[in-house]
Amino acid sequence: MDKLIITSSPHVRSKTTISSIMADVLLALMPATALGIYYFGISSALLIATTIVSAVIFEAMVQKVRKKPVTVNDLSAVVTGLILALNLPPGIPLWIAVVGAAFAIIIVKQLFGGLGQNFMNPAMAARVFLVISYPKIMSVYFEPVTQAVSTATPLALIKAGQFSNLPPLMNAFIGKTSGSIGETSALALLVGGAYLIYRKVISWEIPVIYIGTTFLLTFLLGGMNFYGSLYSILSGGLLLGGIYMLTDYSSSPVTRQGKMIFAFGAGVLTTLIRLFGGYPEGVMFSILLMNVATPLIEHFSVPKIFGGAKK
Amino acid sequence: MGFLTFRGGIDVPHGKEATEKLPIVDCPPPQRVFLSMRQHIGAPAQAVVKVGDEIKIGQLVGKAGGFVSANIHSSVSGIVKRISTKKIMGTDAVLVEIENDFQESLHEDVKARGNLDALEPGEIRKLLGESGIVGMGGAGFPIHVKLSPPENKPIDVLIINGAECEPYLTGDHRLMLENGKEIVQGTKLIMKSLGVSKAFIAIEANKPDAILAMKEHTKNEQDIEVVSLKTKYPQGAEKQLIFACTGRYVPSGGLPMDVGVVVNNTASTKAVADFILRGMPLVDRVCTVTGSGITSPMNVKIKNGTPLSHIVEVAKGVTPDFAKLILGGPMMGMAAPDMDMPSTKTTGGLLFLNSEDAYIPESEPCIKCGKCVDICPVFLEPIYIARYAEKGYFGKADELGALDCIECGSCSFICPSKRPLVHSIRMAKRKILESRKK
Repeated sequence: MDKLIITSSPHVRSKTTISSIMADVLLALMPATALGIYYFGISSALLIATTIVSAVIFEAMVQKVRKKPVTVNDLSAVVTGLILALNLPPGIPLWIAVVGAAFAIIIVKQLFGGLGQNFMNPAMAARVFLVISYPKIMSVYFEPVTQAVSTATPLALIKAGQFSNLPPLMNAFIGKTSGSIGETSALALLVGGAYLIYRKVISWEIPVIYIGTTFLLTFLLGGMNFYGSLYSILSGGLLLGGIYMLTDYSSSPVTRQGKMIFAFGAGVLTTLIRLFGGYPEGVMFSILLMNVATPLIEHFSVPKIFGGAKK
Repeated sequence: MGFLTFRGGIDVPHGKEATEKLPIVDCPPPQRVFLSMRQHIGAPAQAVVKVGDEIKIGQLVGKAGGFVSANIHSSVSGIVKRISTKKIMGTDAVLVEIENDFQESLHEDVKARGNLDALEPGEIRKLLGESGIVGMGGAGFPIHVKLSPPENKPIDVLIINGAECEPYLTGDHRLMLENGKEIVQGTKLIMKSLGVSKAFIAIEANKPDAILAMKEHTKNEQDIEVVSLKTKYPQGAEKQLIFACTGRYVPSGGLPMDVGVVVNNTASTKAVADFILRGMPLVDRVCTVTGSGITSPMNVKIKNGTPLSHIVEVAKGVTPDFAKLILGGPMMGMAAPDMDMPSTKTTGGLLFLNSEDAYIPESEPCIKCGKCVDICPVFLEPIYIARYAEKGYFGKADELGALDCIECGSCSFICPSKRPLVHSIRMAKRKILESRKK
C-alpha cells in the first residue's frame, strides 16, 4: 500500500470553484448580451468580442511579465471584459474598448494584486475612465434597431422632465431603448439576476436594497411620480450595475449587514446624482464611491458572534 | 418546513446511502485487543493490571487518572500480554494488550446497579463515574463530569443528540432504530440524575425512520420530546443544537451548562442504560465503516481496542485505489497515517476514501466572495481570521473571535478557492492559547 494521504479536515469540498462562479455570471449575462446584439447590430458583437479578448490578453500579459501563474482559465477576465462591453455605447471605435479593457485589467485589477484584491469594480472604473477621457465618443448613443444617432437617452429625458417624450415603458423592459449595449433590457438583466441569486453566486441584499432605495428616493425626491420612478430604475445602468457590478466580490462588503449599508448608500448616491448632479446617470459614480467606502463599512459591520457581545 | 435549526451552515453531500439501511452487525472478536489508557478528554487512565493477569469482560483495566478522566474496562476475556507505550495520532498512549481467550466470560462486577425508581440522583451520578462512559460523538468528554454542574448552574433541559450531521456516519441512526428502548431508558436515568423535567431527543430530518421509532418509544413519556431538526451541517454541533432546541445562545467561551442545558450523544445515552440497568461498562461501540475505499461498508459493533486492520478485514479489505483513512467523518475527522492503531470509545466512523474522493483541489487566491461569512454557524468572519492567521497576526485573529470557532470546517468546504480556512483558524487558536498561557 502506498502512503496514506494526510490532510487537515474537512476532507470534502464543495463543487463550486472560481471558474464555475464566473461561468454562472457569464451565463446570467447571456440574455442581456443577446438582446444587445439583436437591438444594436452585429457591430456590437464585434465590440463585445474585442473587449473580452483584449481583457484576457492583458491579464495573461501582466501575469507573464510579473512571472505569476497565468490564471485566465478562471474566466474572471472574460467576465470583466463582457461586463465592460455591456457598459459601452454601441458603435464606439474598437480601440476605445481596448483602452478600456487595458485600464480595467492592468490598472484596476492586476496592479492591485489581481483577482480578489481590486478595491474598485474594474469594469466600472474603466467605464468612468473612458467617460472622463473621451466624453464626446462615450456620449453618443444609438437608437435600437434603426441604429440612428439618438437624441437623448430615457434618463436624459427624465432628468429634463420630458416624460411625454419617453418611449413606452415596455420598450425599457425589453431593451428597445437607447443606451449601452447591455443595459437596456430590464427583463434580460432581471432574469440573469434571479439566476445568480438562485445559484447563490450573489445574495439578494445588494441588488434588492440598491434598486429599492433608488426607486423610493426617486419617488420621494423626484416629485412623487410613480411612472417616472419606475422608468428610472428600469433605465440607464441601474440594473446592470446593481445586479452585476455592485455585487463584485472584492469591492463590496462580505457581511450581510455591510452589504445592506453598502447597497443603501449606493442607492442614495445614485438618486442624488441622477436628480441633482451634473450627469444624467449616477450609477457608475455611486458604485465607485461605495467601493471605496467598503473597508470602512466592513470595519463597522463585524457580525456579532454566536452567544457573544458585539465587538 | 417546521424543522428546528440555527442560522448559517451548509448542505453537504450525505454519503449515508451506503450504510443507513444496514443493521448493526457484531464484529468477530479479534485475537488481541489493545486498550489505550487515553480514550477521553482529560487525564489518561492508569493501568491497574499487570502482564500475566487473567482478565474478564467488564473488568477494570485502567483507573480514571483524576476527576476529568474515565475508567477503562476490558472488552474481552483473556490474558494481559504486554503493557507498552505507543505514539498514536501524535500522542503517547499506554496500551494494555490482552490476548483474547474467546471465552467471553463476564467479570463479577458486571451486574445491574439498580433501577430508575430505586436510585437517587446522586447515586446515578456516582455510579456513572465508574462506568467509563464518555461522550461518544467524538470529543470523549467523561459523562460524570457533564452530570456534575456547579450548584450555581442549575440545569433544566437535557438534549439527546441524534442529529448525526456528519456525512457518511450512520451509527447513531442505526442505534436509534435498533436500540431506541435503551436510549429512552438512558435518557430517563440522566434526567433523574440531573433533576430535569424536560428532555429533547433531537434528530435530523433526513432520518425519518429514526424519528418515527423514537416517537414510538417515547409515546408514553410526557417529559421527553422527539424533535426534527433541519438537515444541515453542523446541526449536531453542541451550541447550534442547543439553539435549535431551546433558542438559547451558549455565551461565547461558555459551556452548555451556562444556559441550563446538558447535551449527550445517543450512543453514550444507551451506554448509561447498559451500565446502570445491566451492569456492562463501556467496552464496545457501533462504528460506521464506509467510503469508496472499503469493499464492504457496514455498521459494526466493535470491542474497544480492536486493531483497525482487523476491522478492515471484516469489511473485506480496502479497494485497490484506497488512498486515505479518516477517523470519524469527512468534516471533522482526522486523517490517519496508517491502520496500525486500535479502536477507542470515540471511534464512531472509519471512512476509507479512494484516490478520487481523497483528492483535495489546490487552493487559489481568495476572491472575497464572503460565502464563509454567510455560512459560519458561529457568525465569525473566517476570511479575515484566516487571513490574519496566515500573516501571523494572531492578536487580530483573536479580536475577531478566533477562539469561538468550533472547527466544523464549513468555511473550508464552501470556499470556491478551496482555501484551508479552518486549518488556518485552528493554527491561530493554538497560537492564541499558547500566548495566553505565558
